Amino acid sequence: MDLDLLVVATVARALAFATPLLWAALGEVIAERSGVVNLGVEGMMALGAVAGFAVAFTTGNVWWGLAAAALAGMAGSALHAVVAITLRADAYVSGLSLTMLGLGLSALVGRAWVGRPLPDPMRTVDVPWLRDLPLLGPMLFQGQHLLTYAALVAAVVAWVLLFHTRGGLVLRSVGENPVAVDVAGLPVRRTRYAAVLIGGLLAGIGGGYLSLAYRPSWGEGMVNGLGWIAIALAIFAMWHPLRVLLAGLLFGACFTLAFRLQTVFPPELLTLLPYAFTVLALVFTAWSRGRRAFGAPEALGRPYLRGER
Amino acid sequence: MTGAGPAAGGRSARRRSRRWEPRAEAPAWRVVLVTLAAVAVAALVVTWVFVSYGVEPVHAWSTIVRRTLLEPRGLSETLRKAVPLLLIGIGLLLAFRARFWNIGAEGQLLAGAVGATAVALFAGLPAPLVIPAMFLAGALAGAAWGAVPALLKARLGVNEIITTLMFNYIALYVVRYLINGPWKARTATGFSYSERFPVEAVLPTFGTTRLHWPTLVIALVLVGVIALLLARSRFGFEVEVLGRSPEAARYAGIDAGRVTLVLAALAAGAAGMAGVGEVAGIHRRLVEPTQLSLGYGYAAILVALLARGRALAVVPAALFLGFVFAAGDVMRVSLRLPSQLPDVVTGLVLLLVAASEPLTRGRWVRSEGTEPPAMPVADALTAGPPARAAGAEGGGG
Repeated sequence: MDLDLLVVATVARALAFATPLLWAALGEVIAERSGVVNLGVEGMMALGAVAGFAVAFTTGNVWWGLAAAALAGMAGSALHAVVAITLRADAYVSGLSLTMLGLGLSALVGRAWVGRPLPDPMRTVDVPWLRDLPLLGPMLFQGQHLLTYAALVAAVVAWVLLFHTRGGLVLRSVGENPVAVDVAGLPVRRTRYAAVLIGGLLAGIGGGYLSLAYRPSWGEGMVNGLGWIAIALAIFAMWHPLRVLLAGLLFGACFTLAFRLQTVFPPELLTLLPYAFTVLALVFTAWSRGRRAFGAPEALGRPYLRGER
Repeated sequence: MTGAGPAAGGRSARRRSRRWEPRAEAPAWRVVLVTLAAVAVAALVVTWVFVSYGVEPVHAWSTIVRRTLLEPRGLSETLRKAVPLLLIGIGLLLAFRARFWNIGAEGQLLAGAVGATAVALFAGLPAPLVIPAMFLAGALAGAAWGAVPALLKARLGVNEIITTLMFNYIALYVVRYLINGPWKARTATGFSYSERFPVEAVLPTFGTTRLHWPTLVIALVLVGVIALLLARSRFGFEVEVLGRSPEAARYAGIDAGRVTLVLAALAAGAAGMAGVGEVAGIHRRLVEPTQLSLGYGYAAILVALLARGRALAVVPAALFLGFVFAAGDVMRVSLRLPSQLPDVVTGLVLLLVAASEPLTRGRWVRSEGTEPPAMPVADALTAGPPARAAGAEGGGG
């Protein structure tokens, strides 16, 4: 009985912790599946968090805040899309600068709201019907934020869209072999733009979850590496939305369990565990697939110019 | 109109009859011009921030220039902020040329600071040996911290961008743990820091300024040595080939893993020494990591990219970012502007430099015949100076 309770509580906490990671990692999976690396996730999440909080605080409506968060993330990704896709500049540098710019801008813009609690934050809700399931109910469907449930749905939707629709096939083909897609008369750049923008939208929602639901406030260190962990999660899940879901829960569970060790370890060492665990997860991914680099889109990180071989 | 392929007769080809033709080499004047333009755009944005915060722009700029460049004390602040940027920047230049994307200089700086602090507080060495031992320990600690992601990359192909970044966070929390736990000073209340360094572990400075000149000398010597190595030695040749084409390097019998490892360790060791300079020259104790480094590890990425593969160009690039950081202090203290402006400026210039990079390397031509292959833009930022660029990549397809 006690063990059951512990497992249930751990999974529920893990899910709450994993929610921003899930949103951002799903976005990164979509962008990278089209062949565009976006290292700006951290910056887009920060922009989403600050925009969401500012709008929710001013209008008093968290849903306007959420829309603003999504749009802010998307605006950030649009910058990356122009630089990396249209101008064909180095995607690594462009993404990095988006992270630096996003962190700097969000800190600059958010100064007015530091330390103020959100009067009317996002409420936790139960899912009707599913909440009454034995064990699964309290684990997954009780007392979470709407965005958490939506993240579960989003992962499934992303999987269906990517793997079971024509558009998803085009998107993945652009990431594997843009030349073939171009020769077939399909739009390479427009597809990549769409993927990167959707990625930014999802990262923005992830940031919005932080400032509107998880910790309804704004502070400079709010994202604190979650964007980078989300990129790692996309790699760990080998760019597959359903595996992102499982891997996200695993990440969340490990972080949650680590915090249960609070009595044994000093707090500073506990806070570094998620980052250490991320490194271990990447090492495990690389080690388990050995020399065969499967999963990564073939044309990942290569700008496309017609005529280039 | 064009005969590039089955799809070339489509909408996009008809819409514009001119197209962008990339070239293998960027003329130096264009690089300088485009870089200056990027800086000018950033300056315009900052001016707009001045106006929006109700600060008179002419007054603001003249205050900044006076307090960072014209007054001796201000100039010393600009220079002392350029010191860690020089050290880290020259290291990253090397790492980037071997395509090792080290984003972890911030953590390597902290590792170096921890190494130096251990020597300063606990080694009990004879006085004249303390400073050299601190630099050695700092370089080794930094190199070790950077070697782990490099090994993981070389052996298992683990993405170094994320591992080096995660190592930044780990280093940050380790330093916090040290100054709150085992190394916490007895007198520390409220803020956490270590005991003060003994006199023999403190670097000399110019007069009453905070410019710790031994670190500056080390940084300049390192830049000179690396410039020489890159231009004249077998090692420089290997780095050059590896940066241009990993396949060519393999044919030339160059052990890519070994070169990457050496470069990554060198870069991380230089960042470690930057950490030694900060603790031994400025703070004289181990302090809160966000005070210890003001984001030098991230800003130095811009230093290395601005230098575009040329070792000596790291000097003006580091001075420019030193000025940005010093100007940030002036904005905060004298003009009462938010302290986050330098971060925004750094990010903006980085973005503009990345975005304008293709502009330095091509021209518009009338769209006739087949399109030549594009130059991977990444090469321009990471490879060496164009004087020795391989022309083979250029020609028509």
